[in-house]
Amino acid sequence: MSNWYMLTLTGEDQPGIVARVTQALFERDMILGEASMLRLGGNFTIMMMVGGGLDVPALEQALEPVTGALGLSLHIDPMRGGLHRHVPPNLMVRVSGADRAGIVARVTGVLAETGFNILDLESDVAGTAEKPVYIMQIAGVATVPLESLETAVSDLRDEGIEVNISPVEMLVG
Amino acid sequence: MRPLQILTIPDERLKQDSAPVTEFDDNLREFVARLELTRQQGPAAVGIAAPQVGHFQRIAIVDCSNTRKPVPNHGNLVLINPEITHWDGYEVGREGCLSVPDYTGNVIRATQIRLRASDEHGEEKEYEMEGYEARAVQHEIDHLDGILFIDRVVSRRTDLFKRKVYR
Repeated sequence: MSNWYMLTLTGEDQPGIVARVTQALFERDMILGEASMLRLGGNFTIMMMVGGGLDVPALEQALEPVTGALGLSLHIDPMRGGLHRHVPPNLMVRVSGADRAGIVARVTGVLAETGFNILDLESDVAGTAEKPVYIMQIAGVATVPLESLETAVSDLRDEGIEVNISPVEMLVG
Repeated sequence: MRPLQILTIPDERLKQDSAPVTEFDDNLREFVARLELTRQQGPAAVGIAAPQVGHFQRIAIVDCSNTRKPVPNHGNLVLINPEITHWDGYEVGREGCLSVPDYTGNVIRATQIRLRASDEHGEEKEYEMEGYEARAVQHEIDHLDGILFIDRVVSRRTDLFKRKVYR
């Protein structure tokens, strides 16, 4: 493997984007690593590790017919790192509260102070347009005991943010 | 005694059904001992099933007595021809597998089970299990049916909670 790139594509969602993008990469002998596609606010988003011999301009050129035709924004970063570097989470933090500015910064700030490393974060706004509720799930690695985290988040509960912390016990069998 | 070799994906043999054990003899007990040795050599494995070492009989071992955080358990269990006779509840938990290196994923399993299995001497036993140990047993019985946890992984955004049903 010569080079890994982090390729980011966003745009209006429509069927067939992943198929056309990956076909264009395959035709230029590029291989895929980890990838994550999500619809965010109805938009198509994907981040994917792409490896192979092309440099950034050549990669852009290879994808231009697809991104042009589908109206996608493309961003490419050369990346360090590679496959087989998974870190399993040992803690799950579930958060919900009346939606207001700063809720994510507040919660993740408290977690960061304890040294908590976020591996995976998903958030969404539920409820109704009049009474929106922010809901977030954070999986990560804590290096301090659960009790210390519970103490750290107790202020958040006083502010009306529901925070539920539970250990993730991995099972290998 | 030497440990056995673990089959890893994409080995097709992991997908095959295993046959019930009919002879509870010294050969069986010797195999169980080697299977247990193999489990202990694996990285922190709480269970192992015979097909993972290329032996296609309904034999599994589960031992949740030594987890980082203690969980309700029945000690070291040799499960021959195991059968789950009752399921209740479900929850999501994170699983990995000796046969699936470098991958973990979330899987939905029953939280409470009733299990019937023989031990290595052919004595039939029944167990009531919950949580982590119940999960381990379901993971191992899947192996006996040629199913891997990667066949059951749920997506990040899968709805994991029971919805209330309004009538």
